[in-house]
Amino acid sequence: MDNILEPVGSENVVRPSFRSQAWHILRRWPILPAIILVMLVVTGIFAPLVAPAEPNHTVLRDRNAPPIWMEGGSSTHLLGADPLGRDLLSRIIYGARISLLVAGVSIGFGLIAGVSVGLVAGYYGGWWDEIIMRLADTSRAVPFILIALVAAIVFGQRLEVILAILAFATWPIFARQVRAEVLVLKQLDYVAFANVVGASSRRIMQRHILPGLVNTVIVLATLQVGALILTEAILSFLGAGIPPPTAAWGVMIADGQKYLTDAWWVSFFPGVAIVLVVMAFNFMGDWLRDYLDPRLRQLE
Amino acid sequence: MVVFLARRVLAALFSIFVATIIVFGMSRMTGDPREQFLTVETTQETWDAWGKKFGLDKPLVVQYFIWLGKASVLDFGTSLNQARPVRDLIAARFWPSAELALTGWFLSIAIGIPLGVLSAVKRGRPIDYLVRWFALLGQALPPFWLGMVMILIFAVGLELLPAGARDGPRSLIMPAMTLALINAASNLRITRSSMLEVLDSEYVKLARAKGVSETVVVWKHAFRNASIAPLTNAGLLLAGFLAGTVVTETVFAWPGMGRLAIDAVRTNDFPVVSGLTLVFTVIYVAANFLVDLTYGFVDPRIRIS
Repeated sequence: MDNILEPVGSENVVRPSFRSQAWHILRRWPILPAIILVMLVVTGIFAPLVAPAEPNHTVLRDRNAPPIWMEGGSSTHLLGADPLGRDLLSRIIYGARISLLVAGVSIGFGLIAGVSVGLVAGYYGGWWDEIIMRLADTSRAVPFILIALVAAIVFGQRLEVILAILAFATWPIFARQVRAEVLVLKQLDYVAFANVVGASSRRIMQRHILPGLVNTVIVLATLQVGALILTEAILSFLGAGIPPPTAAWGVMIADGQKYLTDAWWVSFFPGVAIVLVVMAFNFMGDWLRDYLDPRLRQLE
Repeated sequence: MVVFLARRVLAALFSIFVATIIVFGMSRMTGDPREQFLTVETTQETWDAWGKKFGLDKPLVVQYFIWLGKASVLDFGTSLNQARPVRDLIAARFWPSAELALTGWFLSIAIGIPLGVLSAVKRGRPIDYLVRWFALLGQALPPFWLGMVMILIFAVGLELLPAGARDGPRSLIMPAMTLALINAASNLRITRSSMLEVLDSEYVKLARAKGVSETVVVWKHAFRNASIAPLTNAGLLLAGFLAGTVVTETVFAWPGMGRLAIDAVRTNDFPVVSGLTLVFTVIYVAANFLVDLTYGFVDPRIRIS
């Protein structure tokens, strides 16, 4: 009988096993995506220190050399070499740099343009709103890949061109979402009070509405980075993106297309890099959305 | 309803109008198309004669309106490289593209929607996690890479399917699956979240409390009400498919409009490029318009706002 009255001490509680604890943490926090993204950023920034070889150093003797674990592979090329004998691993590492640069810069421009335009459209409404939103619709309706291909021919296949094109593709996404949020926010009491007190429109937008948009914009930007990396790869693959010989993942996949039967690794590994990074960004975006907005935790 | 319709029509026309300006402007910026035929023996007279023939001697604005007028009756001029009317070139490529797009679209629905329902019904179970990882993967796959990996496995490795070209139903499998796998993800995610919302509602709880069988609850009570969002999404996807098979067609050497576009861009064939871009835009805008219309028809709240 003593047993029952004994307070529940720590020795009586069933401790969750290490495995279930680990599972719990993995489910709650985006550990794997975070590791991938940290690796992406570190290798991107420190590419010259991390990469085992120069990305554009050609050794014709090593053309299409297989990865180390296959027959004929050697430790000079851990993931093998491409048709020009360039080290694949090094090119993938330098490619991370390009992907980061392209996604970062174009998301920056698209975000600034989209948020400001969406803010103005949502706040003022009327004609401005109509024109801006119709333009946003239009830039979604024109076949983006074709426009990008034509632009690459008109302006040349240059980094600035692809950045401009990607920013052009991104702004409407921010503009639409921000406008929708502003329509809700501007109805709230504290905005009405600010108006009554005599705050200027500019101040209301900057001080009272913009902070309310931060979560939405962070989530959207994270999800868009993944989409942009994918789009950049598609454009580079079609020959409208990053000009060769720069190591961009899309270009690398295109390089290997002709040698698919003899040297599958040339196209395969850059694709794996794209998939991992885009998945990590998308996972992170989904997780952030749920984390920042508890209402959604029930649904997603 | 009339106001709603009028607004939608105007918006659609505006989109097409802006698109025509972009298309025309860009295709002219690729340089004087006559330079393609320039040889050492070309004289000033022939050069001017070409200008007259293609209407290049008039001011740009006039050229634009002439082009627009003709384009509205599907006359996109003559291809510079193939000496055939652009309309015929596009018409010859339309069905292969449509065949691929429709097959891929049906597959993306057949994969995405049932998996979305399954994942919502089994929420939090291992199968739900598996399905969600599948969606996450689908959204991260570069279409050309997926196509190449499929070629590697099924054409090179197992020698089961042809690697490219359009040659009977077997050649359709891989390109259509490429399109489907990548686009199933969005159908899946939208079906899942809208099913979760409906499964949480009072009438579903009531149906369950009454003892209605699970199959009937899921498919009759819940899915019917949850299906608007996924169907809208599917509609928009089809529009994107018709215009966006460029990459898939390139990888699988599929003789559709996408490949025609790529070839035309690479050879600076501006009548073909502008014609195709316009066709793609109109298809997209029209499909969008139809989806909006159905949506407004089904959900009265949209008509009013």
